[in-house]
Amino acid sequence: MELLVATAIGACTAAGVYLILRLRTFAVVLGMTMLTYAINAFLFVTGRLVVNLPPILHGHGEHAAYTDPLPQALVLTAIVISFGMTAVVVMMALGAFIESGDDRINMPEDDRVMPPLRTVEDQDEAEDEKA
Amino acid sequence: MTHWLIAPVLLPAILGPLMILWMRHDLLQQRVFGVIGSLLTLGVAIKLNVMAAGGEIFVYRLGNWPAPFGIVLMLDRLSALMLILTAILAVIVQLYGIGSGWDRKGWHFHSLWLFQLMGLNGAFLTGDAFNLFVFFEVLLIASYGLMIHGGGPMRLRAGVQYISYNLAGSALFLAALGTLYSVTGTLNMADMAERVAMMPAEDTAVLRTGAVLLMLVFAIKAAIVPLHFWLPSTYANAPGPVAALFAIMSKVGVYAIIRFFTLVFPSDTIVETIATDLLLPAALITLTLGQIGVLGTRSLTRLAAYAAIASIGTLVISIARFDAQGLTAGLYYMLHSTLAAAALFLVVDLIAARRGGDFWLRLRPAIRNTGLVSALFFATAIAVVGLPPLSGFLGKLLILDATRDDPWMAGIWATILVTSLVSLIGFGRAGSILFWKSHELDTEPGNDTDEGERPAPGPIPTKLETDEPIQDVDDSAAPWLAFLAAGGLLAGSVALTAFAGPLTGYLQETADQLTQPQLYYESVLENQEGTR
Repeated sequence: MELLVATAIGACTAAGVYLILRLRTFAVVLGMTMLTYAINAFLFVTGRLVVNLPPILHGHGEHAAYTDPLPQALVLTAIVISFGMTAVVVMMALGAFIESGDDRINMPEDDRVMPPLRTVEDQDEAEDEKA
Repeated sequence: MTHWLIAPVLLPAILGPLMILWMRHDLLQQRVFGVIGSLLTLGVAIKLNVMAAGGEIFVYRLGNWPAPFGIVLMLDRLSALMLILTAILAVIVQLYGIGSGWDRKGWHFHSLWLFQLMGLNGAFLTGDAFNLFVFFEVLLIASYGLMIHGGGPMRLRAGVQYISYNLAGSALFLAALGTLYSVTGTLNMADMAERVAMMPAEDTAVLRTGAVLLMLVFAIKAAIVPLHFWLPSTYANAPGPVAALFAIMSKVGVYAIIRFFTLVFPSDTIVETIATDLLLPAALITLTLGQIGVLGTRSLTRLAAYAAIASIGTLVISIARFDAQGLTAGLYYMLHSTLAAAALFLVVDLIAARRGGDFWLRLRPAIRNTGLVSALFFATAIAVVGLPPLSGFLGKLLILDATRDDPWMAGIWATILVTSLVSLIGFGRAGSILFWKSHELDTEPGNDTDEGERPAPGPIPTKLETDEPIQDVDDSAAPWLAFLAAGGLLAGSVALTAFAGPLTGYLQETADQLTQPQLYYESVLENQEGTR
């Protein structure tokens, strides 16, 4: 079972990392979701994998067997936060797509290269020419 | 048990939503209550500083549960210091946001400001590793909202990058916490420290992996090379006052590194060695790269962003050994660099607003209030570069002094001194393009004055784009308040210089407290009378 869970987490992480490195926001959002799935599963198994045991301590001594409840609480918090964050990044990506016209993740040329000095008058002229 | 410890978190947490619910259409009320909220936080921070100055470590057990089971907040000298630094910065920069009119550019500026304060204060106070993650998320969520305040394609693009980078960082944070939990079985920092101390050295491979992962996460927040790529675009495209507040955000990463590597891992000498071996070269490269950026950039906002990266580099060089002397120098430089970087972002915003939003370093006609603005830029540049008489000089001097016996001393000294020269040239170049050479250009047509007539207060800049999401000086609500705020941050730098003697004495005590982790175990885990 350990092998299966570890493989699944590893595959999810690999897919997530690959998608995050893409240059389009859609792929990056998908990658982020994959990555958070992997991390949530990982957090869940940090309390060790046990089957069919209650999350509370029954009895004492050597036979006291239970599944660690704390990672489950942590996962719950992590799921809530990562879900909310995914929603935020989707909204921001949509905003950026609507404002700039494409969904590339890298900064456009204007961020690095000094644009020519355009004043309001130049713009008005350009618009007049267009008209 | 005193309840003052929870106040810096609760106060903004209550005021922020109230402002959204009751006064979302009234900017004046938002401004009044926003500033009152920040001022109250400042008051609480002063009170907590007075409490912590005695050297006692205060512990607040949420729900009064005993320590390893419940979440605890811890107040020591370092936490109190960070709280008061945050509060002072927040109040001054918020006044700038009001004075410059930035807070009118979008919705909920002041509520987001308070949420940001809540996250920062919580991160500085918490004594629980997972709770630290939660407060990191709180401050990040607020910062996403603030970063895209005012909108515009460039800012939103940069915002998407910023969120993506930090989401990946949060995933890494959870992975690090999961790893540490799986080997120590606890998330309370003091308890974790005790378990780490008890762990036999041959069983700590996974623990070390977790420690290094955690350091990577904090390095992302602090923007240490090679994890700094999010910072220049984010800070350069964020609104001026927001970028100034972000000056404390990168310090949260450094704070967390100090906290974890003095409290949780000091007993594991191998972890400490790994941390120093990774941090010190990375910090030297960060400093070099930041200062080269200052020299090489052609945009004024990026100049400020690279100066922020360089200051992080200097800071991390100082703390990388986690010894008392280095921490003292580092804390002094942290106070200085936060104020100086914030002042630089504000002055850059003042300049850009007067150039019609043009933040590129190119010749344009002389701006309005050119005398006052250039004096502010000059003073800020002195502080950031580290020339006397402002506090940057003393900060760098302390760091050089603290690293005198370091095996890497030659490299550290050479890097700090040479890069200071590089940034001096960079700032000199920027200032001469902005203020000096601009006088050679003719003033714009229409502003020529007849002889004998009083000259106009300076040409009104031509706007670059009609709908550019920048703050224009003509929309400014109260320009004097903006000047006052930028001057206030510089006054902080002057105060740091004037009171450097008593302040370094106090910081020495703070560093001594940090290097005695057993004090924390006793306060958190042993003195637990009155819990459930």
